[in-house]
Amino acid sequence: MRPYVESCMILPFTKDKAVEDKKSGFFSKLRAAVTKTRDVLNTPIESIFTFKKEIDKSTLEELEMALIGADIGPATTAHIVEKIRDQASRQQLTEVGQVKALIRNELLAILQGENSRPVVMQQKPHVIIIVGVNGVGKTTTIGKLANKFKNDGLSVKVCAADTFRAAAIEQLEIWGQRAGVEIIRQKHGTDPSAVVFDALQSARAAQSDVVIVDTAGRLHTKHNLMSELEKMKRVASREVPGAPHEVLLIIDAVTGQNGVQQAREFTKAAAVTGIVLTKLDGTAKGGVVVAIAKELNIPIQYVGVGEKIDDLIPFNAEEFVDSLFD
Amino acid sequence: MFDILTEKLQRTFKTLKGEAKLTENNVDFAMREIRLALLEADVNFKVVKDFIDRVRAKCLGTEVMTALSPAQQVISFVRDELIATLGDAEARLIFSKNPPSVFLVVGLQGSGKTTSVGKIARWMMKNGHRPLLLSVDVYRPAAREQLSVIAHDVDAKIFPGEGMDQPLALAKAALREASLSGYDVLLIDTAGRLHIDDELMQELSTLKQQLKPSEILFVADAMTGQDAVKSAHEFHERLGISGVILTKLDGDARGGAALSIRAVTGQPIKFVGVGEKPDALELFYPDRMVSRLLGMGDVLSLIEKAQETFDLKQAQKLEEKLRKDEFSLEDFRDQLRQMRKLGPLDKILGMLPQIGAMKDLQKANIDEKQLIHTEAIINSMTPRERRNHQIINGQRRKRIARGSGTTVNQVNQLLKQYAQMRKMMKSMAGSLAGGRMPRHLERFLPRQ
Ligand SMILES: Nc1nc2c(ncn2[C@@H]2O[C@H](COP(=O)(O)OP(=O)(O)OP(=O)(O)O)[C@@H](O)[C@H]2O)c(=O)[nH]1
Ligand SMILES: [Mg+2]
Repeated sequence: MRPYVESCMILPFTKDKAVEDKKSGFFSKLRAAVTKTRDVLNTPIESIFTFKKEIDKSTLEELEMALIGADIGPATTAHIVEKIRDQASRQQLTEVGQVKALIRNELLAILQGENSRPVVMQQKPHVIIIVGVNGVGKTTTIGKLANKFKNDGLSVKVCAADTFRAAAIEQLEIWGQRAGVEIIRQKHGTDPSAVVFDALQSARAAQSDVVIVDTAGRLHTKHNLMSELEKMKRVASREVPGAPHEVLLIIDAVTGQNGVQQAREFTKAAAVTGIVLTKLDGTAKGGVVVAIAKELNIPIQYVGVGEKIDDLIPFNAEEFVDSLFD
Repeated sequence: MFDILTEKLQRTFKTLKGEAKLTENNVDFAMREIRLALLEADVNFKVVKDFIDRVRAKCLGTEVMTALSPAQQVISFVRDELIATLGDAEARLIFSKNPPSVFLVVGLQGSGKTTSVGKIARWMMKNGHRPLLLSVDVYRPAAREQLSVIAHDVDAKIFPGEGMDQPLALAKAALREASLSGYDVLLIDTAGRLHIDDELMQELSTLKQQLKPSEILFVADAMTGQDAVKSAHEFHERLGISGVILTKLDGDARGGAALSIRAVTGQPIKFVGVGEKPDALELFYPDRMVSRLLGMGDVLSLIEKAQETFDLKQAQKLEEKLRKDEFSLEDFRDQLRQMRKLGPLDKILGMLPQIGAMKDLQKANIDEKQLIHTEAIINSMTPRERRNHQIINGQRRKRIARGSGTTVNQVNQLLKQYAQMRKMMKSMAGSLAGGRMPRHLERFLPRQ
């Protein structure tokens, strides 16, 4: 797996040991969390495969249910099952394990087998706008990202462009302090684009490497709020050529099929370049990102695995797909 | 894109030409479509399975009602079963007999607890309560500040608890303050937490044991997917929640989580959140949720109810009249009388989708008293006037108003409504007689 900043061109950096360690430990941590659940409703997909060796119609059905249970959605699931049904009969597969491998490959193909796609930071400041519906974890993710970049030796500013939600600015301020980065803020109720303008001006003056912009949570169905995002983008591009260089859409792992709609609309309004999947430390699998990848081909960059500042790890497609089967 | 369930079923049954009733085959077919629709709406797959099993049993085990087409029968079973799952009445908040009542608001991170607390406070104050607000979210940065700002916005009092950072100590101090200062409710916002976080779940159990809340409200995001059953089940098992608040319903999520949560906890949804502003809170109406899940206004239920009430011969006569555009004020009066047999008018109108001509009709805000006036007005007309409303000029309107003890204005209004009614009835004519879903009704269905 290639960590996000490894291919960063403007600065050399030392490999983040903590993140590397965390990565390998993460899915075991996740597994432990899941087994902790006393929930009777949980039917691990593995059990299907251990009890039945031969594939039959009901195996496929149960398999289908397991994929749907991971929020991959009925449409994408049907697509996958259809594909592997063909392959399985063509290759005359009889072992359930072989079928499972086919599914795994199919999922990886949809995710393009990609881990977090390296982003080349060519411009200073590299501007990242964080968007998403309410409560998905935007501000927290910004705290984690700022911390990560800082640890990578980059100079970072965060921009408090959520001027709408009560105490949103104060919340980001605390994250700024935790990460040890400067926050650019104005009064509650200020036009968010004006705060973006300010932040970019000050980042240019200070020759900062990265600016991360926090935006207010908004439902993708609110047209006026979506055009507010467009405006922020326009202002950014006027201040810094090529900005925003990244627009990261935050998707909460508990999200169902509405996540696809979110991705569609945010992409339309704000040209999303990547996804951060948060709250994977719960029992939700976050499978909706598979449906999103299939339709919109947006790479998943990071996953959030807790509320602490280092609970953010680069996305790894294989580990993610395996966790869907847990 | 998601196909409207009803449309799907219509299509499904059209392909089964010649089959006028439910058979094992066409029921299977229909169940597959319904299953898909519910899964698309994010209802948990196990909940869907149980649900389908129950509907299937109903479909195969019931006498065929000849007035309904197979599709309508299936849909009516689906609707009944959905309402049976979601509950058929609005659930109210429970207050303790010895105030202050303690309300504990709990849920996953980011589900909308703090915003909901502000909305509930406002709602309570509007309904004669005096709530004291408290945040025991000592973890998330600026969480307590957020509730302070919100409390200030809705003019509610908040217990500041300065210098305190223990949830239980905060809650006890606030409870003391509430009793001393005559607040009848202590409304507590708790930190968002994962249902598998043993330590934090334990914290909530302790709060529950010590405070004996009259309500523990579980706040859930309407966009939640399959995991809804796990979090809701775990919160319920550990705390015994007493109600659910479903938030962010102002988006376009179908809200299948409502069904999942209800199925695993058995607890009613008490409120829904429909926006970020403090007044964006509504009581939960199961029938509206059902319409949302099915992706349409509940036109069919109206049609079916009508079918139960109207007799078929009369309906055919009516359709004839509508087709020939002969629907007179006399027929209107008959219809009104029939309609009143269906139930309260606002309920009937509530079943219609809020689109097109129907929307104007709902805005007209017709109440029961007005119905009585309406009948009186029509009674005061001459038979000729009733058969041909065109001749009712100013002079006649005055006479009619006098005769019925109403005003000319009311007479005018009625004539306008009659014209609207004519339009609406015309579009429904097909189904009233033929027991089919009329094709022209499709334009009343929400666009996808
Ligand atoms: N368990 C867990 N909680 C998270 C994660 N990321 C964020 N949270 C929590 O989710 C809640 C909402 O996070 P915020 O960062 O405030 O979300 P937001 O998108 O900025 O919210 P708004 O600005 O109100 O739309 C907080 O309680 C966070 O601590 C994660 O990866 N795991
Ligand atoms: Mg935020």
